[in-house]
Amino acid sequence: MTSAVTAFAPAGLDARPVYELRNVTKTFPKRNVHALDRVDLTLREGSFASVIGASGCGKSTLLKIMAGLLPPSSGSVVLAGKPVTGPRRDIGMMFQQATLFPWRTAIENVVLPIEIRDGKSAAQAKHADARALLELVGLKDFAHVFPNELSGGMAQRAAICRMLITEPAVLLLDEPFSALDELTRDFMNMELQRICLARNATSFLVTHSIQEAVVLSDVVYVMSPRPGRFVEAVTVDLPRPRTLEMITTPRFGALVDRIRSRLDKGAFL
Amino acid sequence: MTPPASTPSAAAAGPADTVWTEEVSLIDRIPRSVAMIGLFVAFIALWQFTVSVGLVSPIILASPWATLEQLIFVGNNLLSGDYMLRALWITTKEVVYSFALAITLGFSLGVLVGETGFGERAVMPYLVAIDTMPKIAFAPLFIAWLGFDIHSKVALATFVATFPIVVGTAAGLHAADENSRLLFKTMGASRLQTLLKMKLPTGLPHFFTGLKIASVGVMAGAITGEFLGGGKGFGELIRVAASQLDTARVFALIIYLSLVGLATFGLVVWAQRRLVFWQKASVGGDALP
Ligand SMILES: Nc1ncnc2c1ncn2[C@@H]1O[C@H](COP(=O)(O)OP(=O)(O)OP(=O)(O)O)[C@@H](O)[C@H]1O
Ligand SMILES: [Mg+2]
Repeated sequence: MTSAVTAFAPAGLDARPVYELRNVTKTFPKRNVHALDRVDLTLREGSFASVIGASGCGKSTLLKIMAGLLPPSSGSVVLAGKPVTGPRRDIGMMFQQATLFPWRTAIENVVLPIEIRDGKSAAQAKHADARALLELVGLKDFAHVFPNELSGGMAQRAAICRMLITEPAVLLLDEPFSALDELTRDFMNMELQRICLARNATSFLVTHSIQEAVVLSDVVYVMSPRPGRFVEAVTVDLPRPRTLEMITTPRFGALVDRIRSRLDKGAFL
Repeated sequence: MTPPASTPSAAAAGPADTVWTEEVSLIDRIPRSVAMIGLFVAFIALWQFTVSVGLVSPIILASPWATLEQLIFVGNNLLSGDYMLRALWITTKEVVYSFALAITLGFSLGVLVGETGFGERAVMPYLVAIDTMPKIAFAPLFIAWLGFDIHSKVALATFVATFPIVVGTAAGLHAADENSRLLFKTMGASRLQTLLKMKLPTGLPHFFTGLKIASVGVMAGAITGEFLGGGKGFGELIRVAASQLDTARVFALIIYLSLVGLATFGLVVWAQRRLVFWQKASVGGDALP
């Protein structure tokens, strides 16, 4: 689908490619699992892409390979012109669980990546930035609160701040909000869009929700299981910024149906 | 129990009928302090009864009254700084030394076993093998090696108390979940950073569980050492009193000795409250794994 991307979308098809995956395959020899099969992917600067697929089809594996947490069995992963061979500063990652450490206050959790990379004094110097980020996600008054006093949604918002504090060029999101209730989740998705637009961040999201994928993405990749590979890339030509009201429009419905029909062929759902 | 008001007629019956409260059984409604005092009084009464009826001879079981007299006598001796205080001081020293040694040794071994593949594969099997042995049985050996002085007692107590700390530390290092590990990996943390900033703090509750078990074991080890190896500690006083069939004195001495054990345990609980402030407090309830 090459439908015109509207003027609102920052992710023109002509934007500079940041992430380039070529022929990435992954097998786990130990259990003889063929998790990924010849995956090609190009993410352009400022674009938002999603991958959707059945449980166990290799989405998290793909994300871990992109993040340099897992080596591919073959193929190449290039980010900003340099091959990914391990964890990198310019990659921000977020998982289903917020994973805040209970012995650190919210703000101390946020500056943790800085503390790990550049030491305690550098982290101290970043407190102002961290406070600004917490304010951005509506946690201004909770900077010095310990995580056990935060709700699930608040903890996940603090995790967003922790991901953003290093100012990564790309965001890799593995079902970041799937542990939250639907209302919070919708709200967080809109927050995420706002943050991504404001920072012109390149994002890649793993999700199980077709709606979520369509609302957020410029492109939705549909993945089939065993071995995991992209069976289709659906371009979402809805204007930005997206709103939750768009969900009820016919165009939105058509896109959702299209993705669902592709998923059905993978024999599940 | 009144069922919740689900029909209009039930609601119309008045507020008293619509309130649905949890029923607490009578015995659970007794306040804690009353329950504890009541149990204590009942225990003493039963004890006194057993002795006054003559079920057991006072040589075997001293009366509560005789025990109280001895408690006062020993207490006076302790307060006046006489030989009993010196004995208690020796035992306390043994406990403190061996606890410190056990923590150092247990923590180091725990990190070796919990953090390195070598430790887990090569060292742990031996530790498990030694741990299954009755460690108290080594007492005569320690006395033969280190003599009748304080050293043999410290060695035995350390030997007894080290293993729970090793196990607690190693279990703690394995307590971090996959998410935390992955997160630290994405941040590019070194192994040492991961250990210091994530694994050790995550494992603190397990470490303290080990410490609590060890704090009990350290006292048992020290006293056993004194029973078997003489010396001038509190265990020796107990042994002498017992050999003179002075049961009341033995009871009194044990009660004072347990204060030292209680203090050690309390210190560990206090340290845990301060260091693991994010964990919900439980009154020594998690002493056992
Ligand atoms: N470390 C591993 N060793 C062996 N097999 C693995 C490993 N990690 C993942 N797999 C296998 O690879 C396949 C893909 O797993 P992956 O976690 O990427 O799925 P997923 O698409 O993220 O699933 P979900 O939607 O449930 O999160 C699964 O069959 C899984 O069992
Ligand atoms: Mg997954």
